[in-house]
Amino acid sequence: MLDLSAVTVTYDGAPAVSGVSLEVPDRKVLALLGPSGCGKSTLLRAIAGLEPTTGGRICWDGVDLVDVPVHRRGFGLMFQDGVLFPHRDVAGNIAYGLQRAGLDRRQVAARVGDLLELVGLPGYASRRVATLSGGEAQRVALARALAPRPRLLLLDEPLAALDRSLRERLLTDLRDVLTSTGTTAVFVTHDQHEAFAVADLLAVMRSGTVRQVGSTAQVWSTPADEWVAGFVGYRTLLMGAAAAAIGVRTLLPGCRLGLRTAALVLDDEGPLVGRVLLVTPGPDGLVLTVTIDGVGELPAIGPAGARPTPGENVRLRLDQTATAVIGSAAVNSALVR
Amino acid sequence: MFLLFFCYPVGSLIGRGIAPAGTVDVQGVIDVLGKPRVQRIALFTGWQAAASAALAVALGLPGAYLLYCCRFPGRTAVRALVTVPFVLPTIVVALAFRTLFAADGPLAGWGWDGSVWAILAAHVFLNYAVVVRTVGVSWAHLDRRPAEAARSLGAGPVRVLLTITLPALLPAIAAAFVLVFLFCATSFGIMLILGGSQYGTLETEIYRQTAQIGDLRAAAVLSILQLVLVVVVLLVAAAVRRRGEATLKLRASVDLTRPMRRADMPALLVTALVGIGLLAPLAVLLIRSLHTPTGFGLGNYQALSGVGESNVLVTPVTAALGYSLRTALVAAALSVLIGVLLSVVLARRPRRKVARRAVGTVDALVMLPLGVSAVTVGFGFLIALDSPPLDLRSSPLLIPIAQAMVTTPLVVRMVLPVLRAADDRLRQAAAVLGAGPMRVWWSVDLPIMSRALAGASAFAFAVALGEFGATSFIARPETPTLPVVIGRLISRPGQVNAGMAMAAAVVLALLCALSVFLVDAAFGGRRGEPGIGGF
Repeated sequence: MLDLSAVTVTYDGAPAVSGVSLEVPDRKVLALLGPSGCGKSTLLRAIAGLEPTTGGRICWDGVDLVDVPVHRRGFGLMFQDGVLFPHRDVAGNIAYGLQRAGLDRRQVAARVGDLLELVGLPGYASRRVATLSGGEAQRVALARALAPRPRLLLLDEPLAALDRSLRERLLTDLRDVLTSTGTTAVFVTHDQHEAFAVADLLAVMRSGTVRQVGSTAQVWSTPADEWVAGFVGYRTLLMGAAAAAIGVRTLLPGCRLGLRTAALVLDDEGPLVGRVLLVTPGPDGLVLTVTIDGVGELPAIGPAGARPTPGENVRLRLDQTATAVIGSAAVNSALVR
Repeated sequence: MFLLFFCYPVGSLIGRGIAPAGTVDVQGVIDVLGKPRVQRIALFTGWQAAASAALAVALGLPGAYLLYCCRFPGRTAVRALVTVPFVLPTIVVALAFRTLFAADGPLAGWGWDGSVWAILAAHVFLNYAVVVRTVGVSWAHLDRRPAEAARSLGAGPVRVLLTITLPALLPAIAAAFVLVFLFCATSFGIMLILGGSQYGTLETEIYRQTAQIGDLRAAAVLSILQLVLVVVVLLVAAAVRRRGEATLKLRASVDLTRPMRRADMPALLVTALVGIGLLAPLAVLLIRSLHTPTGFGLGNYQALSGVGESNVLVTPVTAALGYSLRTALVAAALSVLIGVLLSVVLARRPRRKVARRAVGTVDALVMLPLGVSAVTVGFGFLIALDSPPLDLRSSPLLIPIAQAMVTTPLVVRMVLPVLRAADDRLRQAAAVLGAGPMRVWWSVDLPIMSRALAGASAFAFAVALGEFGATSFIARPETPTLPVVIGRLISRPGQVNAGMAMAAAVVLALLCALSVFLVDAAFGGRRGEPGIGGF
């Protein structure tokens, strides 16, 4: 189990990570989610031992790692763009970390073969690294990181450099590989979709601190504050009166109603009426901007076949699954007190 | 080691000069600086170096473009050929140019014999490759998109070249200019032979003051003057390089070259003319070496096993050749060892500011010998290492060590950029996979720099083989190196001696060219990357 307590990292006196405490139980995947520059990669590198910490403790199974150098930590690390050794072929890259395992040449070859099978690149062993595509290089990097069976796998935005369709395919594969090998992992990303697709646990970071930790479902349904809510996709926040105007009357004082883009749906039977301001066709349907009396401008979605025109009044309904109440935890604890 | 064998001798030379009686003698320094002769020589040193560098850049730019941005058959061979003059010993080049412009030479009609033009021509000849390689490698990796954007905005090719391409290359051009300036400002062999008594640099003047007049104080003051000049230029160079590393993001080794077009004709013309200029002196040297008193033949080469007309030499030239080879081999090994260790240290980017600053200081310090006169090093060796605590005067290692001091900066300049350009995350990836510091070095750093290292070894060997300035001071009469022998042969009268000098120069030139050629062929591999010969 990885256990961070009050970890702080400073660059030339300026804190990049301050007072982060986290736990990652065995066989779980934690996603560190946050905008670029929030310190998530720095935290990851500190766990790997590549950045010295200036405060706090990083422990594995209760043992403080402060004096353990990088190469003795037994952690794997996967970079954004592979960073394969250019002077070694694919097999040479994957076998690099097996040197300490005490395997003979045949066993190494067998292990390399297994790993190539696992990441979906059988027969690539003798390929030169320069001939690999971006996606293939990342698969080799994953195999290389997994080869020494690391106690913990650290992934630093491993999919960010790939194009969209490839990213989605690799995301599924990555999840499968992590589950099937039972690997404990920390996954850094700025993309909430990736985080939800791969991780069991989620830590949302902003300017060097963790704003919320929990299971992915927890963070999704009850964001801790407005910033977290906005970052995980609740783009619109409504106060009590405005929320009541679209039919949510149970909001406690001090709380906000968060709406995803898909919260308002075009529906001829819907109870709400809005005037269309803007129509943007997309591959999965329409994205509208509507204005509702007493609320203001809101996003809404509609089926691809619908043909609303700007200025027209349309009927809408609220999809409760695309909303979240923000601040309820704080209000609840205040009420108890 | 570097401190001991570079800073100690040079420092003690300076100390001996400005504080002969233990106290600093300011008036003495001012007296020396006030002499009109010293002022004239200092001025000449500066302007001839600037003129040489400007000429080399002007002629080198078309070559850089042609050899690194265009594709044509035989490009690899031409690139290698262009490099040859740079590794030629200055004494060979000086001899070739003197023969070319001499009263009985093929270009006597130009009237360049003993003129500044001959000096400038020899300097451009030696340093053309520096410009072509330094600028060419940058040019080959230049991002083409800004130029394409400018073309689409209506700029013609000339305007794109002047407003987009050349400004983008400015750091590389400036770096090349500074390097050539340094080489020319400390030029010794060329000046001694082509300048005669009329022209001299600080370098030859130091030699004159110490070896001929014996005025140590004047020599030391001149050394300091030269040191100041070099340090100023190096500081400028460091500033330019810092900007260069930030602005010039080398792209991956994608082949961006294209076939030649009609618009490349001017560049082709200039480069072809320069090519003739590069070949002519060597051809003349070769022909003259075959010219014996009894007609054409190999007589001069056969004479190399002897000691020359009226016994001007103590040992046969062939013995000097063997000694030169052994010495250069040791010097190359030494400088590669020191150079690699220094590079590994200098390639680090420590997290702490203090440590970063320390690395920067060492970086500048290492480059000093590149500009500090080899004569100063040699003379410093002579007076500093001949008495306790260190007496190496009779050690066979003395010459190799002095030569290594001259070649180490070259090794560092060639290896360091490669190590610096290497993605630090490769080392991190290796460490995360369980490799300790030694294995990281062995399995990541060494393979990355192997090509540059091979090139640097060859360069170090060739330069050590042709080293003249420092060696001419410390070589003992019974164990001279080949360049020293050549220098002695041409300073004495006699047709046989002159012929032997030519023959020995051809042998020396061939050896230097061959060593670089062989390594280039063996390790050249893929082209167009900064590697061998990229400074």
